[in-house]
Amino acid sequence: MNTLITTLFNGVSIGTVLLIVALGLAIVFGLMGVINLAHGELMMLGAYTTYVVQNGFKTYLGTESQGLYIWAAIPLSFVVAALVGLALERGVIRFLYGRPLETLLATWGVSLILRQFVRSVSWGMVGGLLAFCGLFFGGKWLLGKSARIPSYRQNLVTTGLFLLSGAIAWFVGSNINNDPQLARPWFSARNVDVTAPGWLQGSIRVTAGIQFPASRLFIIVLTLLCLLGVYLFLQKSAWGLRIRSVTQNRDMSACLGIPTAQVDAVTFALGSGLAGVAGFAVTLLGSVGPNLGVNYIVDAFMVVVVGGVGNLLGSVIAALGIGIVTYLLGSGTMVRLLGGADGGAVVSFFDFFATTSMAKVMVFALIILFLQVRPAGLFPPKGRSAEV
Amino acid sequence: MTQTTTLPNPAPVQAAPTLQISGLNVYYGESHILRNVDMTIPPGKMVCLIGRNGVGKTTLLKTVMGLLAPRSGRIDYQGKSLLPLPTNKRAKLGIGYVPQGREIIPRLTVKENLLVGLEAKANQKGNPLNADVPEDILQLFPVLKQMLSRMGGDLSGGQQQQLAIARAIMSRPQLLVLDEPTEGIQPSIILDIENAVRQIVETSGMSVLLVEQHLHFAQQADYYYAMQKGGIVDSGEASQLNSDVIQRFLAV
Repeated sequence: MNTLITTLFNGVSIGTVLLIVALGLAIVFGLMGVINLAHGELMMLGAYTTYVVQNGFKTYLGTESQGLYIWAAIPLSFVVAALVGLALERGVIRFLYGRPLETLLATWGVSLILRQFVRSVSWGMVGGLLAFCGLFFGGKWLLGKSARIPSYRQNLVTTGLFLLSGAIAWFVGSNINNDPQLARPWFSARNVDVTAPGWLQGSIRVTAGIQFPASRLFIIVLTLLCLLGVYLFLQKSAWGLRIRSVTQNRDMSACLGIPTAQVDAVTFALGSGLAGVAGFAVTLLGSVGPNLGVNYIVDAFMVVVVGGVGNLLGSVIAALGIGIVTYLLGSGTMVRLLGGADGGAVVSFFDFFATTSMAKVMVFALIILFLQVRPAGLFPPKGRSAEV
Repeated sequence: MTQTTTLPNPAPVQAAPTLQISGLNVYYGESHILRNVDMTIPPGKMVCLIGRNGVGKTTLLKTVMGLLAPRSGRIDYQGKSLLPLPTNKRAKLGIGYVPQGREIIPRLTVKENLLVGLEAKANQKGNPLNADVPEDILQLFPVLKQMLSRMGGDLSGGQQQQLAIARAIMSRPQLLVLDEPTEGIQPSIILDIENAVRQIVETSGMSVLLVEQHLHFAQQADYYYAMQKGGIVDSGEASQLNSDVIQRFLAV
C-alpha cells in the first residue's frame, strides 16, 4: 500500500513538473500554433529572475526572512518572461504567422541569443543595449514626429541612425567595461543555486511509512493553481473569449471586431509568463544554468503533442501519464512488481530500462507507438469542427 | 447590355450613402478579379448583388470587410474612407458580416458565439460573457434558444446560418453584409431566414448588402446589381428582377 502511494506520488510529481513546463507551451503551440523553440529559454529567464529576487531578499532583508522571496519571485518571474515573450512576439513572431518553418528557425535563433545573453550579460552590455535602444528607437520616433523624410530616403535614414546609435552604444558599453567591477558578467556560464526557503526543504510526514518532499508538494499545488488560473482566464474573461475566438477562426474574429493583433500579443505573453512560472518551479528541484530550458523543451512538446494539440485537458492527462510511466520504468518499480531481479526475460527487459535515461528512451518509444495509433493525440478535435 | 454605373435614385438622398464603392479594382496576385466596380447602398435600403459563381461577388464583400486589399478605387462608409482601417475597426464602425460558409467559431458554445458578436459594439464595456443574449434576437431565431449551450461546430448547416446572422446583428450594425445566406439550406429554413432578414430590416432600419442566387429572396431587396466577369453589368430596382434578367445573369 505504502509503495503504491509513494509510486503514485512520485509519478504525479514528475507529471506536474512536466505539466507546469508544458502549460505555457499548450497555449503558445497548442492554441496559437506557434512552434516556439525559445520557450525553454523563457523558462530559464524565469529561473534567473527567481535567483535575482532571492539574492535581493538576502542582501536587503538578511538571511532571516529571505525565505519570503518566493512570494515575490512567482509573480516577477511571470512578468519578466511575459515581457520578453511580448517583445519576441512583436519583434519576430508576428511577421512569421502561418510559416512554421521560419518560425522554428527564428525562435531557435532567439533561444541561442538568450542563452548567450545570460552567460555574458554585464553592466557594460546592459548599458550599451539601453543606449542603443534609446538612441535608435527614440531617434526614429523623434524623426517620425518632427522631420518630413520622403519615403525613398526612409531606408537610408534608418540605416544611418542604426549605425550611429550602434557606434555610440558600442562606445558607451566599452567605456563602462573599462571598470573591471562593472565588466564582470552577472551570472557567468556557471550554474547558480537558488536556496529554497526552510519550510520547503523538509518533508511532510503523512503516516509512519510515507513522507512527501515539501518542495514537490509545493510544485503540485502551484501547478494546480496555474491550471485553475488559465482555465478561468480562458473560459470566464473577456480576453479569454477573444483568445478562443481568434485561435479558432482568425479572419472571422476580425470581422466581428476583435483586435486580432492585440489578442496574439496577449496570448503569447500569457504562454511566456507561464513558462516563467515553470522556471521558478524548477529552481526548487535543481540548479539554474543557461542551458536549463534545453532539458525541458522536448518534454514540453511531447506532452502537448500526446495530449492533442489545442486541448488543455489532454495536456494534463498526458503529463500525468508520462510522469507515472517514467517513474514506474525509471525507478525499477516495474521490476519489483514483476517479482524481483531473478524473474524471466520480461523482468530483465524492464531491468534494462530501469534507469532515468533509459526510462526516457522507453517513454519515447511508447509515445511513437501511441502516435501510430492516435496521430492527433489523446483528444483530437472531433465533430463538424474537425473539418474546419 | 447597358453599362449602368450609378443607381437611378428615385429621390435625392440627403445623408451620405451607407456604402459607396467607386472604381474598385482587386487582384489575386496578377489575375484581375474586380474591374472598376461601382456601387451605392443608400441608408436603410437593401441592395442585392446577383451573378453566377466565380464572378467576384464574395471578393467584393471581402474587400469591403478588409480581408482583401484593393489595388485602386474607393470604399466609403457613411462618407468616410474604409480603406486605411483594418478589418476589426471596420466592424466596430457598424458593419455586420455574415460570410459564405457561415464561419461559426466551432469550439465556442452558441451563446459564446453570439456574445462574441458584441465585440463590434462601439461602446461595449465590461466582460461580454456576463451579458445576456437580447430577447429580440432569440425571437428572430427561436431555434437558437434551445441550443445556447451546444458547441457552435455541432449545429446543422441551417442552424449555423441562423446563428451567423444573429451573431452579426448582436452589435446592432448599420450595414449588414450577407454572403449567400441560403446556400445549401433546405427550403423551409430558407423561408425562415428570409423572414428574419426582412424583419431585421423593417424594425432596425439597417442597410443590407445581400449576395443571393435564390430569386425569391433577391426580390425582397430595394435595388439589385448584376455582376459578370468582375464588373457590374446591370442595376436597377429589384422589382424589375424578372425571369429575363435572371436568365441573363444567373442561369447557367
